[in-house]
Amino acid sequence: MPSVCFYFQVHQPMRLRHYTVFDNDQRYFDDHKNAAICRKVANKCYLPANRLLLKLIDKHQGRFKISYSLTGILLEQLQMYSPEVLSTFHALAQTGCVEFLAETYYHSLSFLYSRQEFVEQVRKHADTIEYLFGQRPKVFRNTELIYNNELALLIEAMGCFDAVITEGADHILGYRSPNFLYRPTGCKHIKLLLKNYSLSDDIAFRFSNRHWVEWPLTASKFSQWVNAVNGNGNVVNLFMDYETLGEHQWEDTGIFDFMRHLPEEILRHPDNNFKTPSEVVAAYDAVGEVDVRHMISWADTERDLSAWLGNPMQSNAIHELYRLEKKIKRANDEQILSDWRRLQVSDHFYYMCTKYFADGDVHKYFNPYDSPYDSYINFMNVLDHLQRRCVVPTIQAVPHPSPGPAAAGTPIATVTN
Amino acid sequence: MGLNDEGGHIRVFMLGWEFPPFISGGLGTACYGLTRAMDQLGVKVTFVLPKTVESEYVTHVKLLSPRSRRDGVSHVMAEEDLTNVIFKTIASPLQAYANPENYDERVEESLRLRREMIEQGKTEGDFHGSDYSGDMYSEIRRYATMAVRLARDEQFDVVHAHDWMTYPAGVAVAAVTGKPLVVHVHSTEFDRSGEHVNQVVYDIEREGMERADKVITVSHFTRSLVISRYGIAPEKVEVVYNGVERNGTWSVGSTSIKRDEKLVLFLGRITMQKGPEYFLHAAKKVLEAMDNVKFVMAGSGDLMYRSIELAAQLGIGQKVLFTGFLRGDDVRKIYQMADLYVMPSVSEPFGIAPLEALDNDVPVIISKQSGVSEVLHHALKVDFWDVNEMANKIVAVLRYPPLRMTLRSHGNFEVRKLRWKDAARQCASIYEQLLVAV
Repeated sequence: MPSVCFYFQVHQPMRLRHYTVFDNDQRYFDDHKNAAICRKVANKCYLPANRLLLKLIDKHQGRFKISYSLTGILLEQLQMYSPEVLSTFHALAQTGCVEFLAETYYHSLSFLYSRQEFVEQVRKHADTIEYLFGQRPKVFRNTELIYNNELALLIEAMGCFDAVITEGADHILGYRSPNFLYRPTGCKHIKLLLKNYSLSDDIAFRFSNRHWVEWPLTASKFSQWVNAVNGNGNVVNLFMDYETLGEHQWEDTGIFDFMRHLPEEILRHPDNNFKTPSEVVAAYDAVGEVDVRHMISWADTERDLSAWLGNPMQSNAIHELYRLEKKIKRANDEQILSDWRRLQVSDHFYYMCTKYFADGDVHKYFNPYDSPYDSYINFMNVLDHLQRRCVVPTIQAVPHPSPGPAAAGTPIATVTN
Repeated sequence: MGLNDEGGHIRVFMLGWEFPPFISGGLGTACYGLTRAMDQLGVKVTFVLPKTVESEYVTHVKLLSPRSRRDGVSHVMAEEDLTNVIFKTIASPLQAYANPENYDERVEESLRLRREMIEQGKTEGDFHGSDYSGDMYSEIRRYATMAVRLARDEQFDVVHAHDWMTYPAGVAVAAVTGKPLVVHVHSTEFDRSGEHVNQVVYDIEREGMERADKVITVSHFTRSLVISRYGIAPEKVEVVYNGVERNGTWSVGSTSIKRDEKLVLFLGRITMQKGPEYFLHAAKKVLEAMDNVKFVMAGSGDLMYRSIELAAQLGIGQKVLFTGFLRGDDVRKIYQMADLYVMPSVSEPFGIAPLEALDNDVPVIISKQSGVSEVLHHALKVDFWDVNEMANKIVAVLRYPPLRMTLRSHGNFEVRKLRWKDAARQCASIYEQLLVAV
């Protein structure tokens, strides 16, 4: 003890193209931009990081382990734009040292708006992961680590998961440490893994910050901090965006060198080891109960939902989106359903965030729009068009009595797309 | 703040334009807002402005007490609360927004008014037509001479001239008195005339900027124009953003009048610079997407009749209303009726009107070719020529209440941070730097 548990979030949104109220086609997404970004991130992060981690797994002969959560919307894009990344993930899956986690296929906020849609997306994601990597996920993480008691109850009720992952936020833990497993209030079986945000953020956010007193962060220094947990914790959960490696922290910050040396430094201490989330769940008992009545997430300092639902535009957009669910599903059209689901990707709502907008901060870096207002307008234009597409097919019992001259000889279209 | 080298308050000889209630545009609003704020900082200002012929004031008279005009409207001196400001007028037909092309008409109009007043016995005195030089350029030189004469009786530390017509006066006063000169660029010939630059005007502007010890521009947009088009040394040019005078009418719910018809507002001078034709082309596109909208063009200007014609030509004549120039309460009323304010300016050094719109809880779309887009984040922005996008955004604002709500609340909050007090402080610190350097 302690075990180090790495989980990397791997996700790329599918960005919308500029879509005005005057547009009238079904090409909602900016294929060119999505391809370019996917390839760029593949070259800066996914490929070098996958290759490095493969090497490290190989070198440490089963003692170095990691886990991933790959969103369905990312996998679709990798398939189209960077299939070589998929093969390296496949190679990682083959090592037996890599676990793949479950989440909503579309990286969506569906848990908040439609339980049925949520469950469908989780199943779709698990099916995809099993198909691609030959393992069915056993541990669930919700989009942006959004979590409360109800989520845990639903995940337990689904019957196929052993644990849920969320943020080790101070206000849910109080004096308690994130370095143990807990039991969600109301649950009997599943366990809760909590992110050690302090140590995770040392790598994800502070690594290249030259004003940080601990800069430069070396693998041996970081291992000292992990060793310090020894005796008062079972597991150090290091959860972060995969893009930390090479994209958020560029290669010239030394992030890859840091990762290259981290396993051997951690393993230098005989009590330390690496475990995947499922192994952690199998190895340790829950030491107490964590009661989370209000929604939490891993975003910003507030650790709440305000980055996605903080202003009237955001809540309007998402309500309108989910209000369409029945209509969409009744339309019974694969393309319509897929377009609707792609609009559920949480990033669309993140772009509409007005919090800190005027200060020009991290929100801006990830935002393809000039302003949150532009993103709302664009989203609503697309949604409006999508809505007009899902006209339910009506079967006409009696043929139309008198087709106009223009329509003569052609079947009467009753379905307008 | 604002002390001169003798330890007293800084005294400014300011060559400005227009004071309430006769404000015809942003230039007057800026002079007024800035001067008021300087007054509160304790900066002593001698505010010199031209007065047209029909005014009953004469040169060289310190206007210390309010007087009433014949029509009962109290004049500039109603600003009794300005304890550190002294007004001086120079009889001259120069007006804000005049240009060499319309100058003659305006002078004739003024002279005609004056003549009528004398004939009807409404005012005393002789007809001083001979006081006014024939063309605008000579009048600007004459104004400079008068300003020098006036300055001889005054004590001040620095000369501050607003926009090109007063630059020669500023240069002359500074030369005669040896005091440092600040010229304040609210707009340039390139903004007003596009690429059809009047060479004489350009030369006057350029000479003013070259002879100035400091050039203040109202935005970075204008600063880079001053550097690139006038060849002024970058280190001499500083940006001081305008502010907005809050009316204090934060009337929540006053806009909740239920109407079926939406109202989109253009408010400003209807001139090439303000892009009226882009507004109309966008209106045409909006009406393709929705029907229950009216477009109001409030303002006057040399493109007004052409705009009326264009609206008719586009087949949207019945959807576009022209109100002519609005002032005071009418402005307030039109803001209360408006669902959206659009400023499609082709080249806008700053643009105070959008701030006033936001102050009145009206969301705004502003052109990216404007200084105000540097300070406003909570506004929709478009390229002035992109009428498709302009229409797209207009439709969105009209269609989606949450968008209006968010723009309005954040925008109103943001506007409150843009204060004349800060602009005045920056000017005062520029004065101080100059006085130390002397």
